[in-house]
This record gives sequence, C-alpha cells and structure tokens, in this order.
Amino acid sequence: MIPFTYHRATDAAHALQLAGADAKFLGGGTNLVDLMRETVERPAVLVDVTGVSDRVEEREDGSLLIGAGVKNSTLAAHRAVRTRYPALSRAILAGASAQIRNMATVGGNLLQRTRCTYFYDNEGSRCNKRAPGAGCDAIGGFNRIHAILGASDACVATHPSDMCVALAALDAAVHITGAGGDRRVAMTDFHRLPGEQPDIETVLAPGELITAIELPALGLAAHSTYRKVRDRASYAFALVSVAAALKVTDGRVSDVRLALGGVAHKPWRAAKAEALLKGGPATAEAFRAAAEAELAEARPLNDNGFKIELAARTVTAVLSELAGVDA
Amino acid sequence: MTIQVNGSRVSIPDDPRVSLLDLLREHLHLTGTKVGCNQGACGACTILVDGERIISCLALAVQYDGREITTVEGLAKGDTLHPLQAAFVEHDGFQCGYCTPGQICSAIGMAGEIERGIPSHVTEDFGAETIAVSRTEFQERMSGNLCRCGAHNGIIDAISEVYGNDPGALERFALVEEPAE
Repeated sequence: MIPFTYHRATDAAHALQLAGADAKFLGGGTNLVDLMRETVERPAVLVDVTGVSDRVEEREDGSLLIGAGVKNSTLAAHRAVRTRYPALSRAILAGASAQIRNMATVGGNLLQRTRCTYFYDNEGSRCNKRAPGAGCDAIGGFNRIHAILGASDACVATHPSDMCVALAALDAAVHITGAGGDRRVAMTDFHRLPGEQPDIETVLAPGELITAIELPALGLAAHSTYRKVRDRASYAFALVSVAAALKVTDGRVSDVRLALGGVAHKPWRAAKAEALLKGGPATAEAFRAAAEAELAEARPLNDNGFKIELAARTVTAVLSELAGVDA
Repeated sequence: MTIQVNGSRVSIPDDPRVSLLDLLREHLHLTGTKVGCNQGACGACTILVDGERIISCLALAVQYDGREITTVEGLAKGDTLHPLQAAFVEHDGFQCGYCTPGQICSAIGMAGEIERGIPSHVTEDFGAETIAVSRTEFQERMSGNLCRCGAHNGIIDAISEVYGNDPGALERFALVEEPAE
C-alpha cells in the first residue's frame, strides 16, 4: 500500500477542510482499503468521516434522514426501515457478510467500485475505468457478470451494490455538501452511465462529501421487497437483482416502483416498465410484458446473454409475489 | 492512541497502513487470528470489536482508537474453554483448523446480533421483535466464514448445540465477559 496521511473529521465542515486534491473520504474501508492494497486507488490523504453523521433521524413529515456514517447493519436493523421500507432492509442483508455490514457505511456503499475482475487486475489488464484511454479487456474477455443495459464501448462494468438498488426504487435522495454549498440529488441521478468516461462514476464534484440519504414518506414502500439471484445462496454479488414496491387496487396496479441491480453501471430504475404497469392489470402476464419492454434495449455480451431472460423472470416473480398472484 | 486487546491496553502504530490484523499478528504476536485472503472474502480474520464481529484485514487500526478488541485468545477462562470452543471440538467443527478462530469469533458476534433481534436475509417476519433461531438462520448468518475443508456441517452442529436449544444461551454466551485488566 502506498503511504498516506490519515485524518479524522469531527463534522462535515471539518472533513471538507481536511480534504485536499489528493484526498479520499474513508468510511468502513471494506472496499477502499482493499483497492489501496491493490494500488488501484492511490490517495495521498484519507479523511475518516465515520464520525461525521451516524444517526437515523425520523422526521415529522414521515421521511427518514440517514447519516452517511450509519453502518449498513444498523440501517438494515432499524425498526422504521424494517417495517416501512422492507426492500431496503432486505437489500442490505442480501449484500456482503455480517462482518462487512458491521463495518461498511451508507455513504461508502454508494461509492463502492465495480467488482469487474479486469478493473482489479492492475498489472495484467486494460481498463478504461482504472486508466482512462487504456481500453477494456472485459468486452472481449470473460464477461458473464457484466452489464446488459446502458453500457458503452468504453466500459461494461456493473455497479455492485444491493442497497443502492432499493434506494433507487424507493425515490431516495442523496444529500451532498461541498465548497459550493449543500445540494440534493435524486438517487437515480447520482450514479452515471459509463459513456466515454467510465472513470467518473457519480455526479459528485471533486471534494464533495455525501452527508446523508433521504428516504421520503412513501406508503407503498411498506409493501416492498428485494430479490437477489446469484451463483450461491449467500455472500456473492448479484447476477440480477430486483427491488420493487407495489400497490394493487381492485386487481389493477395503482402504484409501483421497480429497479434492477447487476445489469448496469448504475442501479437501474425501470421507468418504462413502471409506466406500462400503472393502471394495468396486476397479472403475471402484464408483469412479464412490462419487464420485456424494459429489457428491449438490453445488449448481451459473449457470456451474459442469460441475464436478459433472468431479469425478465425475476421481475415477473417479484411483482407476482407482491401482488399475491402465481408467477 | 490506544486500544484494548483481550483486556490489555496497547498502542496503535504510527503508520496508518497497519491493519488490525497486522497489529494483532505482527506487532502483538497474537497469531490466533488468521490471515486468509487479506481482501475481505473469507472471514478467517474475524474478531470482535466492542462485541461486534468485523473482519480485521480491511480494518485500519488507526480507525479503532479507544475500542475493545477480543480475539480467539481472549475467549477461554484459564483452562476452561468457551462453550463454543468446546462444542467445535465435540462436533468436529474443523479439520485443518485455519478458519476456526474466525468461525468462533464470528459465531459469538452472531449470537449477539440474534439476541438483539437483528434480522437476516432468510428471516421471514421483519416486524418480529425476536428471531426464531434455526439451522437455516445460522447457515445464512455464518456465510461470511468459509471453510475449505468443508467442515460447515460440524460448525453449524456446534453452533446449534450452544445457541440453538437453550433460549438463555444467546444472552449468556453472546458477549464475552469483560476480561480482567
């Protein structure tokens, strides 16, 4: 690991003051420390922000404000999250291991990097995300775990988070602070598609800090869930995952939220499918048709064509489960 | 800056690159905690911090100023094994033994999580105040600890014996008692 200087911030303003051009903010370290050991990440300064905000605030308007320093395990176990946003608890608990969830923070989860093996292979592979302009060895390589939606000729990596898929489905917003002041960005706009600059993964400006995640009051979120399909039953990244919330009135979909994980460079909010579903029949056939419409623009690579059908089936199964109909 | 390790106060090294795992093994010569993958994939380095399980390989020691660490060396009381250690022997919860310290520390942390009513990926009722323990719950909750010898059935047998039958066991054997200074 390349030497660095460590600072511990007491609050957000202190964190911004400590962070210079070559600094990175440090949460639990479960991804960043690993990447530093591989020398994929080479910050000169680490600013520890785990003490900056570690509260979950239940606000009067029914929303939750989740401090960026809240541990993944704390958020998953929080009673308001478990009962009012179960998809979020289930998504977090589907990710990593209990030990890692006890360390990892909410802010860090948003900023974790892809698990594309070519991105990690610092010495043996070309990667536009790690070394812009170098090329991408995943496109012609072993790409079973890679993206089917929104990829580019420069990058086919996926975002690895489970938690972010639920946040994207449940209309969450990211609270950000920086030299230019405070701002609030919808979770669905926070991560970028790769385009020609896959090294730029979010809309954060250099030096900006995530301070909190806001979960709006959302009635149908109480009837939500998360399903993750992976190579083994536990402790593996998603091949495909689905977060969904559904409200059915008199056999018709009165409201729905739907997002996919494991398929793109960002959590994929399925806006096309939602538009098709709203007002339509709450049947497995309608769910399947909406999933197929969402996936119409999916582009398979050599090894990951199975993800298109897997995603369609998983969406259909999850919505059918929430609707109480046979898939 | 200092931390407590099995009841003894120790200094944190000046170099912020030192992980808790390297502090334990290379600086304090507490080699019970094992280096497996050193990248957060295997759980061999699991330790308890203030009673919560973490992986020590990706934990920078400098982040744990003032915290209390328990390793496998801190579990037995003199010659009397922790009940889970004894159960691992009884149920052949290992072959080579390399993953065992991490498995045992992880299971003790897990017991505390169940005791506090924290759900898992396989828990069906998220509204319930208490967790109904089962083999399936133990298997899911222990998935962060790999055993390449394939002793998982013995490991789950040992955990089930200690934490699965006696409702009071979770509380009694979850958190390690405060070691003497």
